[in-house]
Amino acid sequence: MTPVLELCGLQTSFVTPGATIHALRDLSLSVARGEILGLVGESGSGKSLTGFSINRLISPPGRVTAGEVRLHGQDILPLSEPEMRRLRGRKIAMIFQDPMMTLNPVLRIGTQIRDALLAHERLSDAEIRTRAIAALDEVGIPAPEARLRTYPHQLSGGMRQRVAIAIALLHQPDLVIADEPTTALDVTIQGQILALVQGLCRDRGTALIWISHDLAVVAGLADRIAVMYAGRIVEEGPVDDILDAPAHPYTAGLIASVPVPGQRGGRLQQIPGRMPALTDLPPGCAFAPRCARATAACGTMPPLTPVNEARAVRCIHPLGQEVPA
Amino acid sequence: MAEYIIRRVLQALLVLTVMTLLVFFGVNVIGNPVYIFASSECDQACLSAIIADLGLDQPIWRQYLTFVGNLAQGDMGKSFTHGVPALHLIFERLPATLELAFAALVLALVVGLPMGIYAGLRPDGWGAKLVMSFSMVAFSLPVFWIGIIMILTFSVQLGWMPSVGRGDTVDLGFVETSLLTLDGLHHLAMPAFTLSLIMMAMVIRLARAGMREVMFTDYIKFARANGVPERRVLGAHALKNILIPIVTVLGMEFGGVIAFAVVVESIFSWPGVGKMLIDAIAVLDRPLIVAYLICVVFMFVTLNLLVDILYSLLDPRIRLGGGRA
Ligand SMILES: Nc1ncnc2c1ncn2[C@@H]1O[C@H](COP(=O)(O)OP(=O)(O)OP(=O)(O)O)[C@@H](O)[C@H]1O
Ligand code: SF4
Ligand SMILES: [Mg+2]
Repeated sequence: MTPVLELCGLQTSFVTPGATIHALRDLSLSVARGEILGLVGESGSGKSLTGFSINRLISPPGRVTAGEVRLHGQDILPLSEPEMRRLRGRKIAMIFQDPMMTLNPVLRIGTQIRDALLAHERLSDAEIRTRAIAALDEVGIPAPEARLRTYPHQLSGGMRQRVAIAIALLHQPDLVIADEPTTALDVTIQGQILALVQGLCRDRGTALIWISHDLAVVAGLADRIAVMYAGRIVEEGPVDDILDAPAHPYTAGLIASVPVPGQRGGRLQQIPGRMPALTDLPPGCAFAPRCARATAACGTMPPLTPVNEARAVRCIHPLGQEVPA
Repeated sequence: MAEYIIRRVLQALLVLTVMTLLVFFGVNVIGNPVYIFASSECDQACLSAIIADLGLDQPIWRQYLTFVGNLAQGDMGKSFTHGVPALHLIFERLPATLELAFAALVLALVVGLPMGIYAGLRPDGWGAKLVMSFSMVAFSLPVFWIGIIMILTFSVQLGWMPSVGRGDTVDLGFVETSLLTLDGLHHLAMPAFTLSLIMMAMVIRLARAGMREVMFTDYIKFARANGVPERRVLGAHALKNILIPIVTVLGMEFGGVIAFAVVVESIFSWPGVGKMLIDAIAVLDRPLIVAYLICVVFMFVTLNLLVDILYSLLDPRIRLGGGRA
């Protein structure tokens, strides 16, 4: 079966008269129907940019400069802007990090739902109302009818995120890109939102890309994960396989730095140093300056190489292999 | 809300009291109006009669109390030169001034808003540079200079535009207006444009700055990610947010516009209160000057109150009279 979404060798760049910065390079991944892909990596690794490259909403001067974005097997990069608009919200939806900022502060909830509905359907006022109430009800908002007339600031953060989720799912999209939708919320609310999105997507067979810098969140949610570093995918595969036996030294470092409940006292490991700036990447593997296994061979960029039929890693000396002396 | 308005009205009364003190004593310092009434052969007895008639023989504090007492009954005294109540004269001339100021306000919005929004959307284009240069010029050139240049160019050289008066007016029963005749609009165009320039420059700047800020917010990205058409994104989701500061500033400036109308009315011989004020100052017509100033302050205060109320309608986060922010 064709995956819902495939990225093939995607490159996204910021092109200014003075310089060109490639923020995403050779990015390939795929998500199938009903599958949850966790996209992890530290701040600035290009997770959000990947999301915006898919629905082509990168802020200028950024744009996709190479590769393909295939939706149900068809490359959508050649589509015109009006054609692209018809996909946004209808086929590909997005949920953002900060529910304070996602909803327009000066428009009523009802108006914002209405605009999202009318973006793709012709509906009467009565139909809009029915659909809006049903959508709010579905994401567990009490008294949805009364909520239509309220403004975002009158709702709590968790409620706001539920409203945003309701809006994103109005048209039963095939793919939802969730960009750290729980990061700004209290831990208890985080769990609720996580379960809500997971449940809704499972029920409808929606493909879900869950972006997070928090490996712990992704571990309990995703089917597969892709680890990003400095604009590239460095490791990709089924979540359990990778957590049990990471192949990339960076993934191993991420896993080691996650606190494990019930195991107190053990020192948390940290990855030394920091991710290099995009303007200042080393010639080969971008992780080399921080990597204990780096050798001279790491001075050329390793390709994303299959480990088995389900996994791939971008490393010259993946864990589990000897480092030549 | 009611409590808030009462508080504001009390504040306004305080401002008005302070204002009457300043104006009354200020005006009494300059010149001696007795000589307007005294003919050259008027002897001491005749002068004393005039002084007594005008109430100028009383101590100044008693003059002030009489003035405030009359003011409380809506009586601002009779114009020395016209011999009719000053308030009458003002109300007779005020419509022409308000018409001019209103036309300038509309012009500033209708021209300035699209220009500012355009410049905000494409901040680096040459169009934006042109718009910003225009706003800088409009802001910094003196109003009287622009007025005179326009008269020289369009009235004297080209002979396209009339430079004096209101043109044909239509009597609406309670007020005369030149907005409803072609000749009236023809006369109104140059003074209104001249008067609108500073406001226009401000609208351009505020709209541009607001647009640049708003376009990067998550709620605009979210609206786009939901497929909301660009026209609606700009025309409702963005516009409503950028209007908030514009309404505030324009509301506060509108009083200043009425004050600036003094200059424009003098240049274009527009028969409004501004021109009347200049004439009154020339002959030291104290009651008329004082009445004018009090009316202007009254308008300022009322406008500010209206702006606050309008502001709360635009921005649901503001609740008048305290409460949740
Ligand atoms: N206008 C721009 N010009 C140049 N580089 C940019 C621009 N905007 C973003 N970038 C770069 O793109 C990279 C990817 O940013 P992105 O927001 O996708 O990171 P992220 O992984 O989502 O991080 P976070 O966890 O902080 O959200 C960053 O390194 C950033 O420096
Ligand atoms: S390629 Fe070399 S430097 Fe990069 S992660 Fe692998 S071992 Fe480390
Ligand atoms: Mg991000």
